[in-house]
Amino acid sequence: MAMDNNHIIDVDHLVKRYKKSDRNSVDDVSFYVEKGSFFSLLGPNGAGKTTIISILTSLLSITDGTVRIAGFDVEKEPHKVRQNIGVIFQNPSLDLNLTAEENIRFHAVLYNLFPFSPSYSLMPKEYKKKVDELAELVGIQKELNKPVKTFSGGMKRKLEIVRSLIHKPKVLFLDEPTTGLDPISRHNLWQYLQDIRKKEDITIFLTTHYLDEAEGSDFICIIDNGKIVNEGKPQDVKEKLIKKYIVLDAKDRESLKAEMESYKWNVEGEGPFKITIDKTGQDHIKKLHTPLTYLDIHNPTLEDAYVEIITKNKNHD
Amino acid sequence: MINAILTIAFRDITKLLRDRTRIVGSFIFPIIFIGVLGTSLQQNLGKGLGYNFLVFVFVGVLAQTLFQSTAAGIISLVEDRQNDFSQEMFIAPISRYSILLGKILGETLVSVVQIGGVLIFAFIIGIPLQISGLIRLIPFIFMVSLFGGAFGVMVMSNLADQKSASQIFPFLLFPQFFLAGVFNPIFNLPLPILIASRIAPMTYAVDLLRNIYYWGTPEYAKVVLFSPILDIAVVVTESILFLVIGTYIFVRNERNR
Repeated sequence: MAMDNNHIIDVDHLVKRYKKSDRNSVDDVSFYVEKGSFFSLLGPNGAGKTTIISILTSLLSITDGTVRIAGFDVEKEPHKVRQNIGVIFQNPSLDLNLTAEENIRFHAVLYNLFPFSPSYSLMPKEYKKKVDELAELVGIQKELNKPVKTFSGGMKRKLEIVRSLIHKPKVLFLDEPTTGLDPISRHNLWQYLQDIRKKEDITIFLTTHYLDEAEGSDFICIIDNGKIVNEGKPQDVKEKLIKKYIVLDAKDRESLKAEMESYKWNVEGEGPFKITIDKTGQDHIKKLHTPLTYLDIHNPTLEDAYVEIITKNKNHD
Repeated sequence: MINAILTIAFRDITKLLRDRTRIVGSFIFPIIFIGVLGTSLQQNLGKGLGYNFLVFVFVGVLAQTLFQSTAAGIISLVEDRQNDFSQEMFIAPISRYSILLGKILGETLVSVVQIGGVLIFAFIIGIPLQISGLIRLIPFIFMVSLFGGAFGVMVMSNLADQKSASQIFPFLLFPQFFLAGVFNPIFNLPLPILIASRIAPMTYAVDLLRNIYYWGTPEYAKVVLFSPILDIAVVVTESILFLVIGTYIFVRNERNR
């Protein structure tokens, strides 16, 4: 029933209260994720992100409400859920003493794709072919038989991702996947993830601190204190919250100010001036005759919106 | 299920064989116990005992190493839950019972490899060991090791929601070295210690191995506490109880946090 509306994840009135806690860590949260989309869950530390991802990945029980992943109830059919998801944890889940191939092999066997074998040479052809493909995808053909501890941080992450793809999950959960990576590795990893997403038609569920990473998502959900405080397309969240504005200045500030007042614009400051706008700001600038010395159109980033949402929410408390 | 158990067990063994520091580290305690504690006690107190004290300590340390190593391996499962490969096991579509069984099997194999090192050391320092006694021990080595694993599951399941599992664990383990008489004969004990000694699971593990090793030798009566049947009965019964109860509690609490 959940599948007929193209939702791969359905969270309905989810409540989680930890045993020794007197407040709900997740407090009546509902959202859904469309199949094949890129969904980001944002929020400050302690907002409930990790709790939600633990519940969605069937590692934590629910206090109230229901969660369905790929049509399966996480409480009643955790095995089915696990078969259909891939999870990239905050802390790398590779065995550093094993080689890249062994890490992949153990995963494949744990997911019951191939029978166990203590050596690579005894594995079926089909498996070897698959490993070669994956190694090429990440560019680790030469390092396949080296212990993972010799890999760089970015490489380890990529290896974890290809490993999780071997059982063809429908949803890939990424819990702050780029923490601790340098900017170039981060960039590479994202490019790679976007590639995979197109190739494999997989749904991505991301939690992150880096808001620029969420900027490219189809839908974002911001939580704080266990509640959803804002949600929508990144563009809409930004626009709803933060008005665009133009900052401008002129040598002859008096003339500029008089001009702007005559149009009854909402002007802030004594120069440089700040005017809030609805669309592009083009119309405003066209009307001005005073020669401008400074002009800047401010486009809010998701980070601006996020900071405003979270600060507002704190002030309400 | 068999697949998952074998994979988890095989990984433990592979890990051990790749980690040289861990192999060397695992020999340090037995070597100190036998080489330092054993030889000094033998030199100073061992004369009037009527049996070779080093052999007595060796068999005790064998049981203790097997029991402790497997138990500690199981405890590490909870500790590592947020780290490395354990996460990968807990998220896989396999039953929690497979994880525990695989882990016990793996840690059992690991501890058996480790006592290989202890044995080599014993031969190097010239402890007069009977080969026939050692061969008789082989099946019981696995029994004691599994017993340690079952004890580990019991402890872990009750400390599962605490990060301190590995901090509390030594307090549950260390007194057992002495209560079980790994290095010390425990024929005459004051009542409270006698009770504690009879409760300590390791007592039966140590006594079982001594029973088997000394079977049919003149020293037998001087080193063994109970009949082998009693030791086996206790080890088997407690192993099953610890495993069943421990696994049940663990599985129940694992998601219910």
